[in-house]
Amino acid sequence: MLDRAPQRTEDAAKEKPRPVEFRGAGFVPRTGRYSGWMALALVLALWQLAGSAGWVNPLFLPPPSAIAAAIWKLATTGALWQHVSWSLMRIGSGWIIGTVAGVLVGFAIGLSTLARSVGITFISALFPIPKIALLPLLILWLGIGEEPKIATIALGVFFSTAISVYSGVDAVPRNLIRMAQSFNVPFHAIVRRVIWPGALPSVLAGFRITASVALLLVVSAEMIGAQFGIGAFVLQAGNLMQTDQLLAGVVILSVFGLAVGKLINLLEARLLHWR
Amino acid sequence: MDLIADHISHRFGALDVLDDVSFTVRTGEVVAIVGPSGCGKSTLLSILGGLLQPSKGVAELRGAPPADSLNPLTFVFQDFALLPWCTVEDNVAFPLEHTALPASERRAVVDDALRRTGLTDFRGAWPKQLSGGMRQRVGIARALSVRPAILLMDEPLSALDSQTCELLMEDFVRLLANGAMGAVYVTHNLEEAVRLADRIVVLSRRPGRVRETVTIPMTRSERGAGEARSRLTTLQGELWSLIRKEAIDAEREVQHA
Repeated sequence: MLDRAPQRTEDAAKEKPRPVEFRGAGFVPRTGRYSGWMALALVLALWQLAGSAGWVNPLFLPPPSAIAAAIWKLATTGALWQHVSWSLMRIGSGWIIGTVAGVLVGFAIGLSTLARSVGITFISALFPIPKIALLPLLILWLGIGEEPKIATIALGVFFSTAISVYSGVDAVPRNLIRMAQSFNVPFHAIVRRVIWPGALPSVLAGFRITASVALLLVVSAEMIGAQFGIGAFVLQAGNLMQTDQLLAGVVILSVFGLAVGKLINLLEARLLHWR
Repeated sequence: MDLIADHISHRFGALDVLDDVSFTVRTGEVVAIVGPSGCGKSTLLSILGGLLQPSKGVAELRGAPPADSLNPLTFVFQDFALLPWCTVEDNVAFPLEHTALPASERRAVVDDALRRTGLTDFRGAWPKQLSGGMRQRVGIARALSVRPAILLMDEPLSALDSQTCELLMEDFVRLLANGAMGAVYVTHNLEEAVRLADRIVVLSRRPGRVRETVTIPMTRSERGAGEARSRLTTLQGELWSLIRKEAIDAEREVQHA
């Protein structure tokens, strides 16, 4: 016999109904449209106040106005463009070489048993090495000039790109590949129409990482051996205790990082709209 | 064109999945394959469609496919297998991109497949915008676009709700009505099997062997009538009694695995 619900008593029927308590709040963080900018403006205002009121020594922490003035001076004298253009040339060359090689090797590892067997061993062994440690060796091999700096950046970009590409290829749902095979779609078309778009989210996530790696390595390489470039400029400013110039260089690096991040956001919005 | 399973056995490592399975799907015939969970139904379909090499035996074709068939053995997948980065139209056109069909004919074929599956108004939609039933319609339209001789359907309704299943089942009955296209229909749903199939191959629990082959004694067009329905229900009950004990054993096996 089924259990029955107990009969409602007269008292229970007279009770006033109360709302069910809401328990589903939280765990859905959102980004406010203006809150980030407001927080940044507040921090800058406090920083400026601390500098103007003499609470901190401007030699150790120059106020934002002094940094802005330093950037303006750099821009008007042409020094800003000179340093930025050298850094951009090194980053651009190293990133393109490393990315092309990383994409090719990543696809080979993702698609070929032989390449996977050999490639993953080498990548696992070489990826953890800080690439800047190889710069002296690269100078020995390639001479003093742009080549070792570009090669250092290319190496750093290559490993991260290769890993993100073969991870992306591995993540392409096998059922889509089987579907294409069941329609006798040729190998090159499966790579182009199924595997490449399927791996693209991981590839673009890899670009985000390699852009940071390239920025890190260009600054390090320029600090070790360059006359021009943002890294060299920051090091020179530090050596001369020109902290406003030093922080101007840091701000330029930050703007560069933000610009690359925005560019990748745009690429994702354009190429991954189907997600 | 006939499709023949000739003494097919298959192992995954130490696991025997299929054991000496033989049957023939004749031209225009719909054969359902039923059996307990894990008996190798989907594995058998993959072997029949050339996506998996059997450990023993062979899948063979006898006779020429229709002259206009671009892919005589064509799958309809349980999980639809749609390219999420392609629109409905591009998904349907995908198998045709690598054929010698001229662009104008390709467009006509895609238009026809979309029309037959009721997708004409959704040609520009993305898979993520569609319900499960509509996604499977795209999978069916894609299969129709290559004019298959035999459809290989791997539990095509199992991921869908019952109302959508009913609607798609009506579509299948309509598509297979004229006998121009045969099908191998893998399912665990006996009602689907008796409504759609000309013959039902009942597999035993793992390793799957052909336990019984049941012929449905009426055409698909006759199956809607009241008396036919009661006969089909009886047949469904008989099939269930064939499978029931092994289904229970298979379920326990899975739970204890």
